[in-house]
Amino acid sequence: MSGFFKSSIGRKVAMALSAFFLIFFLLMHVSINLLSVFSKDAFNTASHFMGTNPLIQFVMQPVLILGVVFHFVMGFVLELKNKKAQGVPYVKNNGAANSTWMSRNMIYSGLAILAFIVLHFIDFWIPEINHKYIAVLPEDPTRYFGELHHKFENPLRVGAYVLAFVFLALHLLHGFQSAFQSMGVNNKYSERIKKCAKGYSILVPALFIFIALFHFFTNH
Amino acid sequence: MNLTLKIWRQKGPNDKGQMVDYKVTDISEHMSFLEMMDVLNEQLVNAGEEPVAFDHDCREGICGMCSMYINGEAHGPDRGITTCQLHMRMFKDGDTITIEPFRANAFPVIKDLVVDRMAFERIQQAGGFISVNTSGNTQDANSIPISKHAADQAMDAATCIGCGACVATCKNSSAMLFVSAKVSQYALLPQGQVEATDRVLNMVAQMDLEGFGNCTNTGACEIECPKGISLENIARMNRELMKASVK
Repeated sequence: MSGFFKSSIGRKVAMALSAFFLIFFLLMHVSINLLSVFSKDAFNTASHFMGTNPLIQFVMQPVLILGVVFHFVMGFVLELKNKKAQGVPYVKNNGAANSTWMSRNMIYSGLAILAFIVLHFIDFWIPEINHKYIAVLPEDPTRYFGELHHKFENPLRVGAYVLAFVFLALHLLHGFQSAFQSMGVNNKYSERIKKCAKGYSILVPALFIFIALFHFFTNH
Repeated sequence: MNLTLKIWRQKGPNDKGQMVDYKVTDISEHMSFLEMMDVLNEQLVNAGEEPVAFDHDCREGICGMCSMYINGEAHGPDRGITTCQLHMRMFKDGDTITIEPFRANAFPVIKDLVVDRMAFERIQQAGGFISVNTSGNTQDANSIPISKHAADQAMDAATCIGCGACVATCKNSSAMLFVSAKVSQYALLPQGQVEATDRVLNMVAQMDLEGFGNCTNTGACEIECPKGISLENIARMNRELMKASVK
C-alpha cells in the first residue's frame, strides 16, 4: 500500500482525502460561527466547548493542522512535478476553450488561501494559544462573542476576510467535485454530486462573508 | 483564402527552435488542414527551402499520427477530430494561424512539428494486452457472456487512437486519459480481468517513469480527445489501482 501513495494516482487520492477532511472542518467552523449571528450565548457555549475540550484541543486540533500542512505541501509537490512535466511552454495556448479558470489556477487560489490561513493564525490562533497555554489567563466562558465581534470592527480585516473567502469559493468550485473523481467516483450520481459540491462551494464561503459583514455592520 | 502561418521550426532534438512566419495564398476552404500544409511545403520546396516536418499517415482520423497544436488547441479549433479531419472552412481569409508541436517533456520534439510519442508505446507494452493462447485453441468470442453495457464501455475505451492530444492539451502534461482508456478496455471484459492487477500496476508505474504529470481533473483532455474518451475511464483506473494496491 505504501507504493500506492508514491504513485501519481495515490498522491491524487491523498489530496482528495485531505480535501474531504478540510471540507468537513469548514462546515463545522461555519456552523459554529453562524451561531454568533443568532445567539450570543449559543456561540459562547459552543466556542468554550471547542476551546477547552481536551479531545478537540489535543487530538483534533493537531490532526487539523497536519491536514492543512499536508494538503498544502502535497499541492506544491504535485504542482512542481507537473511544471517539470510540461517542458517548453506553448506560444499560444487557449486553455479557456476546454477548461475552467478555477481548474487551471488551483495553485493560485490555494496560495491566496494559504496567505489567509497564515494571517488567521497570527490574528486568532496564536493569541488564543497564548491566552490558554502560555499566559494561562483565567477562562471566561462568555468572552468569545465579544472577541469575535470586536475582530470585525476593522474594515481592513473584513476586506481580507471577504477576499479570502472569494478565493476559497473558487478553490472549492473545482476542488470539491474533483476530489470525487480522484477517489474513482464517476457514475450516474456524478451530476448530482457536482451540483451539491457546487452548492457547498458557494454557500459556505458566502456564509463566512455574511458573518464577517454582519459583525462589521452591527459594530458601526 | 490568404493566410499567415506562424510555425514552430526546429532542426533537430537539440536545436533551440523558433516560430517562423509564412504566407500561403489561394487556400480552398474545402481543403483539409494537412492539405494546406502540403501546399505550404510545395511552396517551400519550390523556393529551395526546407519543408516543414509534420506527422501524418491515414488522413482519415483513425491512426492518431497527426499531432499539431493549432491556435492554442490540440488538433485545432474543432471537436472530436484529428488534424487531418480539420478543414480550412474553420478559418477566415486573412487569419493568422499558430502551429506548434505537442508539448510535453515526455514527448520530445524530433523535428519541427514531429514529436516522439514512444512513451505511449512503452506504457502499452507494460500491460496493455491480454495473454491468450492463439495456437489453434482460440475460443469463440460469443462463448463468453458479456453484458451489452460492459461491451459498449469497453469498445468506447478501445477507440482511443493514442494520438497524445490528451497530454498535449493538459496543463500538467498528464497521460491519464490515454492510460485509463487502455486499462479500462481490458478491465471491463472477462478476458482482461485475469491480468487486471498486474496491468494497472505496471502501466501506471511506466506512466510515472516516463515523466508525465499528475491529473488535476481539469477535463481538458476529454474535450480535446478526437475520440471522445470519457473521464469515467480515469475514475475507473483510479479504482483499479486502489483495488490492485490492497491485494
